[in-house]
Amino acid sequence: MATTNKEYSKMAKKASPPSPKFKNMFFAFIIGGFICCMGEVLRFAFEKAGLNELEVKNAIPVTLIAITAFLTGIGVFDKIARVAGAGTIVPITGFANSVVSPAMEFKAEGKIMGTGVQMFTIAGPVIVYGTASAVLYGLIIYIFKLY
Amino acid sequence: MPQRVGRYTINLPSRPVIIGNAAVVGKKEGEGPLAEEFDHIFDDTTMGEASWEKAESAIQREAVTRAISKAGIGTADVDMIFAGDLLNQCIGTTFSLRELNIPLAGLYGACSTMALSLALGSLMTDSGALGTCVATTSSHFCSAERQFRYPLEYGGQRPPAAQWTATASGAAVIKNQGEGPHIDAVTIGRIQDMGIKDANNMGAAMAPAAAETIADFLNDTNTKPEDYDIILTGDLGAIGSTLLKQLLEKDKNIDISAVHKDGGLMIYDIDKQDVNSGGSGCGCSGAIVCSYILNRLRSGELKKVLFVGTGALMSSTSSKQGESIPAIAHAVLLSCQ
Repeated sequence: MATTNKEYSKMAKKASPPSPKFKNMFFAFIIGGFICCMGEVLRFAFEKAGLNELEVKNAIPVTLIAITAFLTGIGVFDKIARVAGAGTIVPITGFANSVVSPAMEFKAEGKIMGTGVQMFTIAGPVIVYGTASAVLYGLIIYIFKLY
Repeated sequence: MPQRVGRYTINLPSRPVIIGNAAVVGKKEGEGPLAEEFDHIFDDTTMGEASWEKAESAIQREAVTRAISKAGIGTADVDMIFAGDLLNQCIGTTFSLRELNIPLAGLYGACSTMALSLALGSLMTDSGALGTCVATTSSHFCSAERQFRYPLEYGGQRPPAAQWTATASGAAVIKNQGEGPHIDAVTIGRIQDMGIKDANNMGAAMAPAAAETIADFLNDTNTKPEDYDIILTGDLGAIGSTLLKQLLEKDKNIDISAVHKDGGLMIYDIDKQDVNSGGSGCGCSGAIVCSYILNRLRSGELKKVLFVGTGALMSSTSSKQGESIPAIAHAVLLSCQ
């Protein structure tokens, strides 16, 4: 009897190896944790340099974004990310990479139609739904007068 | 004149000849186990071009001009070229061939395009419509990634079922007479879709199409897997190859495991080259057929090879819209002199 789509779907699932979850989690923890520790190191450094609290809060992500952009530009970041997975995607480094990589990739189509149009092709949904959920939570706080 | 045999297969009694063939590949493929087989390995993935699309055109043009020159003819002697690639509107092909001034039949069959171009070229030659024609395909990892997936420098993890698009091109010159391997029969496949939606598991999507076409061909020609030195699929990768053998055994009672090879498993060292489930792309099977296979048929080391090119016919739009992946497979019977 011919294999049905349902049976085939089971066969395909069985034949396809799963992602190495524990290995991925381990490296995500180590490398993601390292990036967060770097953030802490930067905080101490900026505080030592005499920046006030607000300035420190801005300077840390700016520095991490700059480092990521540089590593993306020289073609190293994607190699680290292949091992790190969520460890580099979740911190602000993932966001920076998702903006810089299409900006570089679509340079061939020109500064406006290429880099300009495509720059937020990956980060766009994060911005859209980040902003939308911020508005939603803002409304909840406003209506229920939580502050 | 071509003659239909059985329901789906077409015999080519004049046995069109492949009088020249060439395969060129990129750096990563040149570091793989078949490095010695290829005519040229580009060390620079950009091929000195300003864009990845132009780079793909450059490798295809290189394969075509090398095949024509190895056949001992000139571009003016070619009556028609059958060509295709993976890029939107097949620009890899159109830009590679625009200066050659050869009548072009542009094809899209995704990774099945090498089998499709060989099939149509040999059919037209056998029918007497063409004296000499060229069949070619190409793919480029970087142009395919940016069209179908993410920018190259994007930091993501590839799932284990994913296949690696080969940077490669193969070209074959088909003539109505001469010295070289023959094309004896072709089967144009039917679309098969068993509901696989994961564009990162194209091997699983394409295996049912390969199974149908192989079964059709064996039925129509009344032959068995043992009658062939190799049944070459291109390119199912590791998962698709496993599923193909399971489907054929379960549904058709055909065991091809003794003679089956897959282009996606041949072009890279799967354990060392970090390509997940293996290679893919029109250029992958194209380059293997136009080097390893045809060279061994020419020397007589191989006698009979059934080449089954498999293609996943989705686009990034259909995948985003949640559609399953229609797949196709075309078979070409290649034999030694």
